[in-house]
Amino acid sequence: MNSSNTYYPEGASFRSALNTRYRVASMWQMIFFSALLIAIISLTALLYNVIDGAFGYIAFDYKKDPATFSATPLPDLKKDELLTILKDHLSAGAYNKLDNEQPMLKRSQADLYSLFMERLIQIDTKQTWSLTESILHGAEIRAEVAKDYPGAKLEFRSWLTPQFLVSPMSSRAEFAGVRTAVLGSLWLVGIALLFAMPIGIGAAIYLQEYAPRNLLTRIIQTNINNLAGVPSIVYGMLGLAIFVRVLEPFTSGRLFGVTDSNGRTILSAGLTMGVLVLPLIIINAQEAIKAVPDSLRQAAYGVGATKWQTVWHHVLPNAIAGILTGSILALSRALGETAPLIIVGASTFISIDPNSPFSKFTALPIQIYQWTTRAQSEFHAIAAGAIIVLMVLLLTLNATAILLRNRFQRKY
Amino acid sequence: MTQNILSAQKENFRSIDLRKKTRWGESVIQALLFIAGILSVFTTLAIVYELGKEALLFFGNPDVTFAKFLGSTEWQPGIGHFGIWPLVTSTLITSLIAMFVSLPLGLSAALFLSEYASTRARSALKPILEILAGIPTVVYGYFALLFMTPLLQKIFGDRVEVYNMASAGIVMGIMILPLISSMSEDALSAVPRALREGAYAMGATKFETSLQIVLPAALSGIGAAFIIGISRAVGETMIVAIAAGSGPNFTFNPFKAAETMTGHIARISGGDLSYNSIDYNSLFAIALLLFIVTLVLNLISQRIVNRFKEQYE
Repeated sequence: MNSSNTYYPEGASFRSALNTRYRVASMWQMIFFSALLIAIISLTALLYNVIDGAFGYIAFDYKKDPATFSATPLPDLKKDELLTILKDHLSAGAYNKLDNEQPMLKRSQADLYSLFMERLIQIDTKQTWSLTESILHGAEIRAEVAKDYPGAKLEFRSWLTPQFLVSPMSSRAEFAGVRTAVLGSLWLVGIALLFAMPIGIGAAIYLQEYAPRNLLTRIIQTNINNLAGVPSIVYGMLGLAIFVRVLEPFTSGRLFGVTDSNGRTILSAGLTMGVLVLPLIIINAQEAIKAVPDSLRQAAYGVGATKWQTVWHHVLPNAIAGILTGSILALSRALGETAPLIIVGASTFISIDPNSPFSKFTALPIQIYQWTTRAQSEFHAIAAGAIIVLMVLLLTLNATAILLRNRFQRKY
Repeated sequence: MTQNILSAQKENFRSIDLRKKTRWGESVIQALLFIAGILSVFTTLAIVYELGKEALLFFGNPDVTFAKFLGSTEWQPGIGHFGIWPLVTSTLITSLIAMFVSLPLGLSAALFLSEYASTRARSALKPILEILAGIPTVVYGYFALLFMTPLLQKIFGDRVEVYNMASAGIVMGIMILPLISSMSEDALSAVPRALREGAYAMGATKFETSLQIVLPAALSGIGAAFIIGISRAVGETMIVAIAAGSGPNFTFNPFKAAETMTGHIARISGGDLSYNSIDYNSLFAIALLLFIVTLVLNLISQRIVNRFKEQYE
């Protein structure tokens, strides 16, 4: 018994050694937890950063005095008053162009008002402040504006307004909106899904239900897993080479009688996105099909169903919720993807709604990129606004996916 | 009478054909499904073919020599400088910074989630990582340029340029963190319970068990996560395009601006680029390099994962 004392502590020294070990253990537990804490802090900082940018004081000046156009105070201007002002003061060419985009008479008061502000009064932004600055240093900002920009107006502005959602692009941050970008994104995602969902689900059915266990199947499977890891920018290069250049007669719409476009269309970008999300859809659909128990298939065969009847009437109805969930997640990936769109050639300044697959396009993430890289802080503010729009869209999609999963999830 | 029934039955029996029927509909469907399955292989072939073709045009240009490509540190294809190094070093630096951030954090988070956290804590903490994983990279770019860079400038002063590799790398690390953490967690939870119980029975504390028993047993899986993380960092575009700077720059100072391979492709192709110019072809050469690097990394990682799966199952 005594001989072991030379190797192992006993009594007081044992307890102190044990205490040290416990202390080290609990210290490390804190360290491990702090990693998650950092993740939480990062997420909070990111969200704070975006919200902080999207609201705040703006100091601006009117380039032309509103009184030169009308005696009525600004916000009270009626629709017909605005119409006459615009008709009188805009050049005929500019007026006709606007009228062609959307008939002036049919436009709303808010729309005309923003046209009036943008084209005639013209806002000259002096400086913008973030939400935190505006709240914490309101008095100092007011003093600073009074000193540095005499005559300038100071206003608390939310850059994310209903007007922001429905306005088309503009070269002035104060009047720009995300309408064309949101529509472009929806077109893109729609085309991507139309292309990738049938093929993806088909491939998943083939691999799970039909494929023999041989070399070819293994190659297909490994290949799909690898494609899921290819950087999105490489897909962009593929899209540029194949859809924009090789298939130009098709993607530019020349085959269908469209003449005024090159290959850099929504269709090219949508197909590129489709190829990008295809492996994700296949992998997710495979998981969903895998989860359908074999007994269902055996029962179907037992009553004499053919392979396809089994798949169509038994496997797919049981896997469809999982397949849809996976597809929605792939869709949200496509919605946030930016790099391939830059490569395929998204236009950054589009003020006309996309109206066919052969339109030029812009998309929400492209606008965010474009505005973020501008030097002026008012563009950062609308970038923050656009980020909030994008995040809300993504959140809605993911919430739908989770609801779908919970609603239809079956336990076997 | 009986005879008649019997012969009728015999007749019926013969008329049932038990051979496999050829059903044309079924065959057509199977063929269509097969085409859908094989299509993804053509995607890979198309990538290799298109990138390879244009890259060959680039290397086939008499001005481009391998000595210049690997021996010079200036990249301006438009005016005859073809040294790839400035793009490669900045890609490596941003990726390394990202891994320095994401590996310790991701691994710690995985250890906490798999070894320490209660089921309730897990279900509260995991969604946070999932949200981080779901944020589009362009938003991370905004965060890097307008939050991380000012923060770094506050800490390190004027040495930090407005566009710099450090800020892009750190934010990239935060972006990759969920990936590393979830893959490591999978590896840790694949370690059989018996190993942990054995350690506890020997009197080890939870920390000693986690670090000396579970972690080594899951090391291969964690290595796989690390490699996938690098591959993701090398291929990441938007964060570096926004925050790391535009213009190739051969520097090892992380506080300086330097363009990565992906950032370069994004910037050059964003402008009006004429087909068949040396600039256009050079982009494909870079993309091919990128594709090969990420493919090799992904394949290695997959091999590791498959091998360690076999170990315990």
